[in-house]
Amino acid sequence: MEMLLSPANKELGIDALIALVKVAVIFNALLLVFSLMTYVERRVLAFMQFRRGPNRVGWFGILQPAADGIKLFFKEEVMPEGAHKLLFFAAPVVALITAYVALAVVPYGGPLVLPFYGQVSVFGRPLDIQIANLDVGVLFIFAITALGVYGIVFAGYASNNKYALIGGLRSSAQMFSYELALGMSWVSVIMAAGSFRLTDIVATTAAWGIWPWMILQSPAFIIYMIAACAEVNRTPFDLPESETELVAGFHTEYSSMKFALLQMAEYINMITVCALASNMFLGGWLSPLPFIPNSPLWFFAKMLFLLFVFIWLRATVPRFRYDQLMDFGWKRLIPIAALWVVLFSGMTAFFGEKKAPPSTVATSTSPAAGQVSR
Amino acid sequence: MILDVILFYGAAIVALASGLFVVSQRSPINSAFSLIVTMCSLAVMFAMLGSAFIAVLQVVVYAGAIMVLFLFVIMLLNAKQEEGERAGGIGRAAIALGIILAIQSVVVVWKGAANLPANYRETTSADVARGLFASPRFLYAFEATSILILSAMVGAIVVARKEKDTGK
Amino acid sequence: MPSLDTLYSATLSGFETAHGGFVQVALAVSAFLFVVGAVGVFVRRNVITVMMCVELMLNAVNLAFVAFSRAHGTIDGQILVFFVFTVAAAEAAVGLAIVIALQRNREDLDVDSFNLMKG
Repeated sequence: MEMLLSPANKELGIDALIALVKVAVIFNALLLVFSLMTYVERRVLAFMQFRRGPNRVGWFGILQPAADGIKLFFKEEVMPEGAHKLLFFAAPVVALITAYVALAVVPYGGPLVLPFYGQVSVFGRPLDIQIANLDVGVLFIFAITALGVYGIVFAGYASNNKYALIGGLRSSAQMFSYELALGMSWVSVIMAAGSFRLTDIVATTAAWGIWPWMILQSPAFIIYMIAACAEVNRTPFDLPESETELVAGFHTEYSSMKFALLQMAEYINMITVCALASNMFLGGWLSPLPFIPNSPLWFFAKMLFLLFVFIWLRATVPRFRYDQLMDFGWKRLIPIAALWVVLFSGMTAFFGEKKAPPSTVATSTSPAAGQVSR
Repeated sequence: MILDVILFYGAAIVALASGLFVVSQRSPINSAFSLIVTMCSLAVMFAMLGSAFIAVLQVVVYAGAIMVLFLFVIMLLNAKQEEGERAGGIGRAAIALGIILAIQSVVVVWKGAANLPANYRETTSADVARGLFASPRFLYAFEATSILILSAMVGAIVVARKEKDTGK
Repeated sequence: MPSLDTLYSATLSGFETAHGGFVQVALAVSAFLFVVGAVGVFVRRNVITVMMCVELMLNAVNLAFVAFSRAHGTIDGQILVFFVFTVAAAEAAVGLAIVIALQRNREDLDVDSFNLMKG
């Protein structure tokens, strides 16, 4: 018993406690963002289509997500005849878990600095708003979102329904087609930063200056946003659930809370890709304007703007046809992404590299993160 | 520290169990599901062995690309059919031999591994990149893989392409 | 009554031993999974399942590579795993293309029925 209270174990315990509190806070904050997101999406879509949208429940309909949640909670769970029971149950769970785990390595605005207070620290540890600062951060997100496909594929297969099956087939083909372009769009950023660690990437942005970075990486950013749109199955790439052809695609047979979980996974994936984009391409918590200090609020502002862009796209762009989708992915987007990789590496070879000064990179590794990143 | 140990042994047990399921399940979709679980738990083992980069690549390449391809083909062909015993008792003979071989190889490997050196070292993604590109040792092999991938891509397209009805 | 420090260093060395066990256990798991995959290749009749068993064998080999890389403290094992990944991806792509062609031409996925070359 005594050895459990040794100093090193106490340190480990404090690290674990901080990590747990961070997980709890971020998990619940994301639940809130998700529910607000559904409300904002419906309101904005309604505004763009000259409708009113939900405006009955609460002040301007702000309690609509809660009402929807309660409604879904009390609906009957239906298991279709001949369904693969295990996979039918596993699909929403896989979708949601992968969606949440990917967010563990996203830095939500670097070191927590309050105005008039300075760096916040707990038990002598400077506090970052990030759960785990992995050495392979970007690749980790790539891996986990790649696992997220299974949620949809399993849902499509297990439902024993031809529309669901076609939805699942389409989504698996679509996701691994666009994953290639997504991965290639990251190459120029990773090449410039020389690291997969997301905090290193933001440190590199600070070394370059945020505007030069944003301008130089803008081709990669555009490729990323298109591919990410396809990855999270948003319009104009929402063929897996296109309601005019496939009823509701892969979640045709889902009802009640399972349906809610699938929806939640979809929105949280959206949040992930937007958070990643704002860290990698838009400089995260760095301030783009002079005289305004860097702050986590900048990160959230950039992320929310990108989320708004997704809603905007949904109201503006019509859906692709399936052959157009494949054509665009394989014959346009991937060659353009490859061309950009070649161009950027050529530029790097010609003009030389500009790395973040080692000091910023070194301080970006917090002691707590070292434990996790093993 | 203690977490590493728990995760490693937990992942090892899951990998063994799901590896057995891959072979013993009757329908391909169950095998595929078990194989995904095996691959993910192997990735956890890689990470606990100190190579996080390879662990993440394992999930990206195997679980994220190859197994999606397998599932895609299973769904496309709707290959649900249960399969029967193999004719001629080959199956039973293979199982019996397999059990003997499994025991034998595990014992031999366990004994042999006891004498391995213990130069443990944490490696990062930068170390792997340096190992690949700093010396020409692996450089040509790396370039050769790009040709391999390209030819595999062309081959897959040619083999799987539907023959056009040109009136033949 | 030993002091806290000695107790703690004792537990630490215990953990070190467990780490040493990591390599041994990983190699044993790898050997077992390889044999299971090999048996699967012989026992199963569906082409897709046979290919999955081959993937299982490749995965077992990867585990052995990573374990040896850890034991020797070099990076070479991990780089070899990297090459195994590329070969496995190529193999899966071509193999599944062949499976699709087989299904299209013969409407059968049983490995025992593919005996055109038997003479």
